[in-house]
Amino acid sequence: MSGDLLKSYRFREERQGDWQKLDVILTRAENGGVKRLSDEDMLALPRLYRQAVSSLSVARSISLDQNVIAYLESLCTRAYFFVYGARTTIGERMMTFLRRDWPAAVRGAVWPTLLSALFFFGGWGLAFFLCLQDMDWYWTFHGQNFMEGRTPDATVEYLRSTIYTDGHGEGQLTAFSSFLFNNNAQIALFAFALGFAFGIPTAWLLVYNGVTIGSMYAVFWDKGLGYEFTGWLMIHGVTELFAIVLAGAAGFIIGGAVAFPGAQTRLASARAAGQKAATIAMGCVVMLIIAALLEGFGRQLINSDMVRYGIAGGTGVLWMLYFYMPRRERRA
Amino acid sequence: MTESVAPRTQRPGVSLEAATQRRARMAEEMRQSKLIRRLITPEGAAIRLKLATAGERAGAFLIDVAIQWVIVIATLLGLTFVIGALTPGSANIAFAFWLVFFFFVRNFYYIFFEIGQRAATPGKRALGLRVAARDGGRLTANSVLARNFIREIEVGLPFQFALMGGDGASGWMALLGLVWSGVFLLFPIFNKDKMRVGDLIAGTWVIRSPKTKLMHDITSVPKGAEASSRFAFTTAQADAYGIHELHVLEDVLRQSTQEIKQQVAARIRAKIGWTKQAGETDLAFLEAYYGALRRRLEQRMLLGERKADKFDVR
Repeated sequence: MSGDLLKSYRFREERQGDWQKLDVILTRAENGGVKRLSDEDMLALPRLYRQAVSSLSVARSISLDQNVIAYLESLCTRAYFFVYGARTTIGERMMTFLRRDWPAAVRGAVWPTLLSALFFFGGWGLAFFLCLQDMDWYWTFHGQNFMEGRTPDATVEYLRSTIYTDGHGEGQLTAFSSFLFNNNAQIALFAFALGFAFGIPTAWLLVYNGVTIGSMYAVFWDKGLGYEFTGWLMIHGVTELFAIVLAGAAGFIIGGAVAFPGAQTRLASARAAGQKAATIAMGCVVMLIIAALLEGFGRQLINSDMVRYGIAGGTGVLWMLYFYMPRRERRA
Repeated sequence: MTESVAPRTQRPGVSLEAATQRRARMAEEMRQSKLIRRLITPEGAAIRLKLATAGERAGAFLIDVAIQWVIVIATLLGLTFVIGALTPGSANIAFAFWLVFFFFVRNFYYIFFEIGQRAATPGKRALGLRVAARDGGRLTANSVLARNFIREIEVGLPFQFALMGGDGASGWMALLGLVWSGVFLLFPIFNKDKMRVGDLIAGTWVIRSPKTKLMHDITSVPKGAEASSRFAFTTAQADAYGIHELHVLEDVLRQSTQEIKQQVAARIRAKIGWTKQAGETDLAFLEAYYGALRRRLEQRMLLGERKADKFDVR
């Protein structure tokens, strides 16, 4: 009777039990993660995978049953991605990110960071000195956007009142700072993403943000509130501005890699840079969350200039140590 | 491959219509094969990956955007419902947390799902797609971050320029920006790997990875001695068709209606000159002929002859 059966059918009948076993294991892994697999499954997996792959290449040359071939193609693809896929959990990935990947990526990007800082603080300085010479520049920079009345026309008392809180309306300020976080984090991601266009829009974004802050700084400086305003700005600003500068650096890494791929192909160069830059951009989001917490709670609760300066300096030192402190190479 | 329009006198079976159809089919196969990438596994076996088309990508994206909107609107509605019971201060704080939540839904929805084992968002999963590293290695978390952070300029930027509108100079600026950012949006259409800018930066692509079910083998249906003697096809009859027709016949047997089976059976009988015997059902005839055709074609394939279709005269 077996002479009546097709060779390709007998081939399939002998092996389909193992294919289905692999299918069950993969389905379980895809639905519940690696932890759902028993030791037995894990031991069987490599053998079943190799068998399915060899079945596929044999089936391609002897069988014309397109369902079998399609099934094996999809089974092998799924198995391949599982067997050679990452096995780490989200928690482990976060730990490696915080411990190693993030500081390493920032440390490896000193020059883009300096370039980014140059654009940002260049815009800041430009706006600051222009405004100090002639306050009309303020209106040129801001147009009709009044920054909550923090304009050259405001009185010293009003400006002072925006720096310190009297304890009322805390909730409102929290909402405002989370709005600012959204805004800043979106700008940071934009600065990263726009790097793709050779970094030019990133540079513009940095200068623009520098000009906005620099001109506002000039208003307070002009009214003799420079010292107080610095405390108000820097309690969270050290973290926030650092994050923006790093986001710009991430953009420049990509822009540089796309514009000047060097010995690599443009694609390979963009890819290598993208991995590094994405780590930095992710870190920026983390920094901006911390900045928003400092802004939303710290700034509203702390009204002493000294403490504000202390926190600003403290965060600055901590970030510097975290990113740039030389550390021993950890063996993987 | 080029004998499709043969003179009618030599090849009575080939009509102009059939030749046109065949050429269209081959063009379609050609187009499909452009989306296939070979991946050589470390075991040395080749796996064929099929890239997702721009249309499938857009479909998956629309599903994901719809899900994001549902999440955002549902939580906002829930929040307004709860807010009535809160003091203004804590209501503001609740709103602040919602804003942060909104940011994460907007930017981390894709990352959350693509970092997982299936490397696909719900939208991609629904269409049988997944993200994979272009070099065949593992998909790193950094790649997932990179490809999704870039999404902001691909989708967000054209959208913002489109909303800017305005008249006079600002209108022209907005139009210019829209065209410029539209390049990013339409990027996947203009490269052979269907990569968007994010894929390019991250070193990834999106492939089709549908789950296929293993169905029973059509030739496995038990046949008695009586049936196999009834359907004794000659070699000439089994040579009437090629691999393409075999696959079409497989599809007909697996998933078509009774009516279509009847029509197909009638056409095959006419082509191979088979007279319908008493008590012979269309299904039994088709299954028997499928078996005979596949046996013949597989035999020839083992000898290195792939008869692509009925026009392939070997």
